Amino acid sequence: MPATETLEEAKRVMQICNACRYCEGYCAVFPAMNKRLTFSEGDVTYLANLCHGCQGCYYACQYAPPHEFAVNVPKVFAELRAETYRDYAWPGIFKGLFEGNAKWIALITAVLAVAVLAGVYLVQGADVLGGVHTGPGAFYNVIPHNVIVYLAIVPFAFAGLAFLIGLLKFWRDIGARPADLVHPGALAQALKDAGQMKYMAGGGHGCNYPDDNFSMARRHAHQMTMWGFMLCFAATSVATLYHYAFGWEAPYDYLSIPVILGTLGGIGIVIGPVGLLMIKKKADPAPQDTKRTGMDIAFLWLLILTGVTGLALLGLRETSAMGTLLAVHLGIVLAMFATFPYGKMVHAVYRLGALIKFAHERRE
Amino acid sequence: MPPKEFLQPHDVLVLGAGNAAMSAALTARARGASVLMIESANKDLRGGNSRHVRNIRYTHNAATDYVTGRYDADEYFKDLMRVTDGNTNEELMRFMIDASEDCADWMLAQGIKFQPPLSGTLGLARTNAFFLGGGRAMMNSYFKAAEKAGIDIVYEAEVEEMELDGSTFKAAMVRHGGELHRVEARTVVLASGGFEANIEWLKEGWGEIAENFLVRGSPMNTGKVLRSMLDNGAKPIGAPDQCHAVAIDGRAPKFDGGISTRIDCVIFSAVVNKNGERFYDEGEDIWPKRYAIWGRLVAKQPDQVAYAIIDSKSMGLFMPTVYAPFQADTLGDLAEQLGVDAPTMEKTIADFNAAVQPGEFNATEPDGCHTEGLEPKKSNWARKIDTPPYYGYPVKMGITFTYLGLEVNKSAQVFMNDGKPADNIWAAGEIMAGNILGQGYAGGTGMAIGNVFGRIAGEEAARHARN
Repeated sequence: MPATETLEEAKRVMQICNACRYCEGYCAVFPAMNKRLTFSEGDVTYLANLCHGCQGCYYACQYAPPHEFAVNVPKVFAELRAETYRDYAWPGIFKGLFEGNAKWIALITAVLAVAVLAGVYLVQGADVLGGVHTGPGAFYNVIPHNVIVYLAIVPFAFAGLAFLIGLLKFWRDIGARPADLVHPGALAQALKDAGQMKYMAGGGHGCNYPDDNFSMARRHAHQMTMWGFMLCFAATSVATLYHYAFGWEAPYDYLSIPVILGTLGGIGIVIGPVGLLMIKKKADPAPQDTKRTGMDIAFLWLLILTGVTGLALLGLRETSAMGTLLAVHLGIVLAMFATFPYGKMVHAVYRLGALIKFAHERRE
Repeated sequence: MPPKEFLQPHDVLVLGAGNAAMSAALTARARGASVLMIESANKDLRGGNSRHVRNIRYTHNAATDYVTGRYDADEYFKDLMRVTDGNTNEELMRFMIDASEDCADWMLAQGIKFQPPLSGTLGLARTNAFFLGGGRAMMNSYFKAAEKAGIDIVYEAEVEEMELDGSTFKAAMVRHGGELHRVEARTVVLASGGFEANIEWLKEGWGEIAENFLVRGSPMNTGKVLRSMLDNGAKPIGAPDQCHAVAIDGRAPKFDGGISTRIDCVIFSAVVNKNGERFYDEGEDIWPKRYAIWGRLVAKQPDQVAYAIIDSKSMGLFMPTVYAPFQADTLGDLAEQLGVDAPTMEKTIADFNAAVQPGEFNATEPDGCHTEGLEPKKSNWARKIDTPPYYGYPVKMGITFTYLGLEVNKSAQVFMNDGKPADNIWAAGEIMAGNILGQGYAGGTGMAIGNVFGRIAGEEAARHARN
């Protein structure tokens, strides 16, 4: 459970909102709030993670500062979410990574990229690293397939476990039953809402970014980011299937399914995050948790680097730059997986959990 | 130094920046007039009482994306005749109601957003369209439209005095940045609200008790324009003590508390004054009538305060409140906390409980659960207050807006005391709402009056200025 001060402020604000209710048209937070008369710590933790930070309610608020009620829902919820991320982190010794997150992400990414590159150089030598490799298995001449698999699977599996444990802690604190987490109807509804980013549209007109103008830009950039990531994941899955089921070795043709998926995904995780960075730069700081901007920016840059190195690898895979790009790309992907549970990526886990709970509440 | 906007005389000067002012300014601008708006608040608190509104009541012949059913002009008329008790200008009321039909469409065209009918909490989903996010969001859209249209807006500028030559407006004396400036214009639209934030003025109608009123809306509505117009020979309409006033939490801010301070539990409660005595039938009627009458009832009690007492059975039956109720395990303890005479309150509740008749309680409609042999009686929702913990809400009168204003005609022209309309002065919104609302209120009507008369005022002023 996050620290008390932010929780108390969130409870205070929800009490005011619940007596006003003008914002019921914006997103799921307010209908969920309407179901309650008082707010426990679990309630506000749940509502905070249901909030997509669209800021519509802030600019609409008759009680926003300088009014003496000083209601600022997006800000207090963003702060509470950040505390959620830190407090539910597993294992606990890594909680500290959320403080000064940008510094840690940059350091870990740099270290892993250099480590993979140096590893390849030391094991394979400069000739292999800088050589031109073509045809099936070209990548594996530089880094053997099994090495890639183990390097990827270990942090990936670890991240998955950390996510699951964090989610279960969150789930317990917001007062939901474990079985509800896998209720098919609620899960389907939540996945649909998450996939469309329904609540990033505020009341249907978009987010109030970068100011009180309504705009779909943030939602679209975010969708591009998420679906870009999903496409990259799908590309890897298809490639894995090709490799093990059919024995077809990468690199694949430019018009093959994994490459098309990966190219589109790579473009998505570059332009989506670039858009989000631009929006963030222009945004009004008042309704935001400005202390954690670094975490958001670090995550976006990590995605951009993953996409850029992936696309560069695709474009230059028949040149002598391939070995270096493969090593650097792999290092960055490792960093991405390794830091997933300790950076902005965790928002997806708690957001989905909150959406599942909301889907349940709506069915009741 | 005056702001540069003050130096060039505009075709239309609009005083105020709420819904009525925006309706006038945008219409005048669309007719080609140059428009200057003068807003006394700063950017954060702009828009007068409109920033606290939620919906608009307007005539419509069918359900739309924003309302659940038909609300024709006759029904609207009947509703307003009922709440005003005939204390109105019927012709103007009819005219306003008929003209309200395109309010929502016009607002949508200005970029204002409505929400689908969602909650029904207020029971207005059929008759009223709700602004997405409420009044402040609506005002944000209005200001965007105004900026885009090229309307000059000066914030933190307050009109101190109107300069008239007979019935012709010459200039407004405007305080801005600590200095007084003379602002000329060819025509003027008065949309500067009422005087509910002017306690001294309220005392003229209410006496000293006005000191204890809470003002739900903008602290900027001090009525300076209205006062200056009356001093200049404009014809008043309405009584100084007529206003929309409701019962709100006694702990609410003196100004700007808005909707969240409402107290909704009266029908489930026994309401006592500070002496611990009941004084009115809490179960007389359902929302919104009880909501609108209780402000005045409380204002007549000692120290203008009362206390709604409920027990744990009633918790959760009404809208959540912004302040937590006082709470105790015995009625005596609760009275102590509230500062109410404890022995009397205990006796009042005991008598009340003894008078409660058996019945089928129904929280959502008048249920006939009543008292017998009790004065005053409770006609509905009477249940024994006997299940601790007990809860108490302090209640005071919250004044929403005033009805004393300027008499106008269908062209929104302001009448002078000689019975003739002023030459180049129009009025819209709260400053003339008393023409239609002599007393009482039906939610969302103020927005319709502001929009209808604002648009007429803007159109007429623009035409006059450009001829």
